Amino acid sequence: MQHSGFCIKADNLKVGYEKKIIVDDIGFEVSSGEITTIIGPNGAGKSTILKTITKQLELMGGKITICDKDMQSMSFSDIAKKMSMVMTKRPHTELMTCFEVASTGRYPYTGRMGVLSKEDRDKVKEALRYTGALELADSDFNKISDGQKQRVMLARAICQDTDVIIMDEPVSFLDIKYKIDILDNIRDLARKKGIAIIMTLHELELARQISDKVICVGGGKVDKIGCVEEIFDGDYINRLYEIDEKSFDSITCNMMLPLKEDSAQVFVIAGGMESVNVIYRLARQGRAFYAGIISENDVAFRTAKAMAKEVVVTKAYYPIEESHINAAKKLIDGCTYYLCAVDEFGPYNSANKELLQYAIDTGKKKI
Amino acid sequence: MKRYVAAFSGMAVLLLLLIIFSICVGSVNISVSDIADIFTGANRTGAKYHIIYDIRLPRILAAVLLGGALSVSGFLLQIFFGNPIAGPYVLGISSGAKLFVAITMIVLLGHGIHINSFGMIAAAFVGSIAVMGFVLIISSKVNRNLLIVCGVLVGYICSAITDFFITFADDSNIVNLHNWSLGSFSGINWNNVYVISAVTLTTLVVTFIMSKPIGAFRMGESYALNMGVNVLAIRVAIILLSSVLSACVTAFAGPISFVGIAVPHLTKIITRTTKPIIMIPAVFLAGGIITLVCDDIARTVFAPTEISISSVTAVLLVPVVITMMIKTKKGEN
Repeated sequence: MQHSGFCIKADNLKVGYEKKIIVDDIGFEVSSGEITTIIGPNGAGKSTILKTITKQLELMGGKITICDKDMQSMSFSDIAKKMSMVMTKRPHTELMTCFEVASTGRYPYTGRMGVLSKEDRDKVKEALRYTGALELADSDFNKISDGQKQRVMLARAICQDTDVIIMDEPVSFLDIKYKIDILDNIRDLARKKGIAIIMTLHELELARQISDKVICVGGGKVDKIGCVEEIFDGDYINRLYEIDEKSFDSITCNMMLPLKEDSAQVFVIAGGMESVNVIYRLARQGRAFYAGIISENDVAFRTAKAMAKEVVVTKAYYPIEESHINAAKKLIDGCTYYLCAVDEFGPYNSANKELLQYAIDTGKKKI
Repeated sequence: MKRYVAAFSGMAVLLLLLIIFSICVGSVNISVSDIADIFTGANRTGAKYHIIYDIRLPRILAAVLLGGALSVSGFLLQIFFGNPIAGPYVLGISSGAKLFVAITMIVLLGHGIHINSFGMIAAAFVGSIAVMGFVLIISSKVNRNLLIVCGVLVGYICSAITDFFITFADDSNIVNLHNWSLGSFSGINWNNVYVISAVTLTTLVVTFIMSKPIGAFRMGESYALNMGVNVLAIRVAIILLSSVLSACVTAFAGPISFVGIAVPHLTKIITRTTKPIIMIPAVFLAGGIITLVCDDIARTVFAPTEISISSVTAVLLVPVVITMMIKTKKGEN
């Protein structure tokens, strides 16, 4: 990277189509080696932003700078040498091998007739090897799986030898293995090759792991730009996507289905791995429940907090106090059923043992 | 690479043999030794010389060049619309060209003006572009299958108007127009062949030089853009090139059906690629071969009565188009 500072910069960008502005006043900078992820609800305009940056849609205002040059003043070919892309929709091809598809990334570098040089061929092969698609080189692109296609498309973007790679939902519709492989490749491209990456992602748990910077789009504007810690903070994501605060846990990045029952009839005596399964089972049945008494550092804490109607919690490494026991007993009083998800009560868990006895004594039914 | 060499040399040999065969067959039988005599200069007079040199040879060359031009035009349109059943005939472009040529001829002949070959091509080009413009407007509004239906309908309208003009025009020259409007290579002379070669071969060379950007469209417009292609400029160029090619065909031989759709697909079976750098010359050669075979059938099967070339191409090539449509449907599922 000869240029200093950022690779791509957007100033006061207006994007949209058919003269209608969808997202206004977008501003961001991406430096080399940095991964920027755009998140936001469906229809918020994430793809519209990427399509405008890649010139598929006309710029409706503002300025895009690539490697210190105004993009509007650059030729198509110059832009192609600076920026490559992977789109959501895999292209439909006819009689094209994967090598041929990937080699289209060399287009800006080949001569008048587009004949590949030895160097071009080597770069295509290297890129295919990088994404694990070299053995597919001679296969028909139309006859391979979606995940394999995406590897080829990523190789295509890599062999274009650009400073910036733009990706629109690079792992949507892929299975877990391909999601991991592709994102691992993307991370390496940024960290080892210093490529600036801008992508949209629907997988928030993955966005959290890979992004240096997150751009949140919603309500016709860039709602927030920040590092992962700033975005995955409290219930910000829940507000961005307009979902219930229980529906997404920004620490574990777990998604939760809403509970259907209004009042809880079950008290779960929880703690430990087994209670995670118990809690999921109740959630699956759509039953509302209370849980307790759980320490903040218990493996089941996040799950219980996300799914239970109410949880009796103790601070990590602090003993359970009388007030906690009383609070839990009060919840048990309001229930018809109890469920003990603790196998063995350890020496520091006598309080929960007491709760179990209390539930039995007060005639609660076991489920 | 070996496949391409084999494909090209195979097609070249086949074309050469076919040309010789085509000179031989017809209402007057001619032997290979007669041909040798004429080409070596041993015999430059007589009826056979006249038949070979003035009637059959120009007709054969026209069939080869125009058949090739039509096929390349179809290949370009298929890439342009991303639609395997696009072609100048089904999109109504040939009929548009026919309509303009007919009107131009009738108007000019009515004023006693004789129109030259380039004038015919120009009229056909205007007609092609007019229908193409209409099809382009439609293409942004309908899906790709409906596009073809619209093209066919436009074609019918143009043909109907052409028939109307021909029916009510009273000049005796119009009789020829009627044959031409159904599609035929008869009556082509050497002057026509010179013009046809000049136009088709120049356009072919320009198209071939543009194989790189044309190829970029194979993965769709957004990727072409990302490869650094000036998409708008290339789109305009593809439209102009395919219009010139199909206009030239219509000006001299009338509308010829299904060659434009079927030949690119038949060629792919041999070449197993869609790379324009291979496909443009290969489609041209294959188009020449297939059209020449069809013309031989048109003029010999019911000799001395000739049937229209489109009747032959329809019977032979529609099955190809249908097979290909079924295959495409399977591929999409």
